[in-house]
Amino acid sequence: MRYYTYFPGCSSSEGGAKAYGWSTQAVSKVLDIELIELDDWNCCGSTPYSSIEELASFCLSARNLALAEKRGLDLVTPCSSCYVILNRTNSHLKEYPQLKAKVDEALAAGGLEYHGTVRVRHLLDVFVNDIGYDEIRAKVKINLGGLKVAPYYGCQMVRPRPSFDHPENPQSLDKLIAGLGGEPVPFPLKSRCCGGSLIISEEALALELIRKIFDSALSNGAECLVTPCPLCQTNLDAYQSRVNHKFKANFNLPVLFFTQLMGVAFGLSDEDLGLKTCIVPTERVLAKYL
Amino acid sequence: MEKRTRADTFVEEISASPGGEGICLCIQCGTCTASCPNADRMDHTPSQLIAMARAGMKEEVLSSNAMWHCLSCYLCTVRCPRGIKQTDLMHALECLAIREGLSSGRTRTPAMYRSFNDFVYSLGSLPEFGFMTWFYMLTNPLRAFRMIPVALSLLRHGRLSIKARRLTPEGTSQLKAILDKAESLGGAS
Repeated sequence: MRYYTYFPGCSSSEGGAKAYGWSTQAVSKVLDIELIELDDWNCCGSTPYSSIEELASFCLSARNLALAEKRGLDLVTPCSSCYVILNRTNSHLKEYPQLKAKVDEALAAGGLEYHGTVRVRHLLDVFVNDIGYDEIRAKVKINLGGLKVAPYYGCQMVRPRPSFDHPENPQSLDKLIAGLGGEPVPFPLKSRCCGGSLIISEEALALELIRKIFDSALSNGAECLVTPCPLCQTNLDAYQSRVNHKFKANFNLPVLFFTQLMGVAFGLSDEDLGLKTCIVPTERVLAKYL
Repeated sequence: MEKRTRADTFVEEISASPGGEGICLCIQCGTCTASCPNADRMDHTPSQLIAMARAGMKEEVLSSNAMWHCLSCYLCTVRCPRGIKQTDLMHALECLAIREGLSSGRTRTPAMYRSFNDFVYSLGSLPEFGFMTWFYMLTNPLRAFRMIPVALSLLRHGRLSIKARRLTPEGTSQLKAILDKAESLGGAS
């Protein structure tokens, strides 16, 4: 059994990506991973805080990191935005002593201190590097039999800091899909942006970016997409009908969390994985495996 | 005596923010602009923005819509041959624009960020439904109306929680104490 401190993030805990949280826990159990949720964590602040209230954004992250440091385990999150923001705080606190002094002072007001020792990991990193592809393959009960999957990494899991995969042409999700018996299709836009939170304030711009991603996936024969990011999943799934409407297109591409696809291959039930929360129905492509 | 220009002061202000210091290293190669998925929507491209800032065009830079179209996808950052943290630089410009009251009126992104932050500040977590409704009502109630189909499909699939996740009372007051202290310390620079 491996133990980690777990940071679900707002979306995957009680937000729109609940099913990501459920499937993360269900798949981790199969892989003998125990994810222990960080007590009383707060929102990481995501892009909005870091854009307009920098110091406060570092403090939001630092509170979580300080709480996690008391446990001494790696801090694992399934959310790409939480991942980039928490890591950014870690590296900026090391790089900018003046910033660290201010953050320390703010933390002290809450009776906390942070020494910079917490390693922040993405769930996918833990799966492919701590557990490994072979062990994951060994848990497969239902081979995905050549299901054509577009691995959509999105941006914030692979950039900006050198991490566990290439910043522009990542491979970990491709290998994982292949290990489940699926066929990862070539996907040039695999790490391009889906529009992120600008889908709310500048919808037209984001819909255009999403359309390009669907075009790329579909022209390479994908039957569905998988992603390790709650925001990417929501944008591609919940806004697919708006893309169709705006561009007079008829995309009908299910968008799954990578953990949901793993769960299907592990023989887990629909309820454990929350497949019914997907807005574009998944039955058409997954029925034969369930 | 050393003569200080308008350009020096603005560049120093930017450089004082974490990530902003790279502005002096730019060689105007345009890699950031070529990599940006949104450069065509910006009134000034990322590389132009740097050139303008270095020329001391403070008001033009801070009232630009460019940084508000930054998606934080970090493609520019990983490609910059000079190692400039371009995305952080955009965030630094956003912070300065807010501080100087110059943020662009041609985009609703600043208002969206503000609404997001207000919820996180008061609750410690982000209730997506409340935040989005609040933002649309604040900026464009008609848009709230047009969003009903998306909201309904999320609701039907069990993805719309009305209730916000709450921290413990101790956690809430601890977070408030930290954020209020941060506020009193000014910006990150």
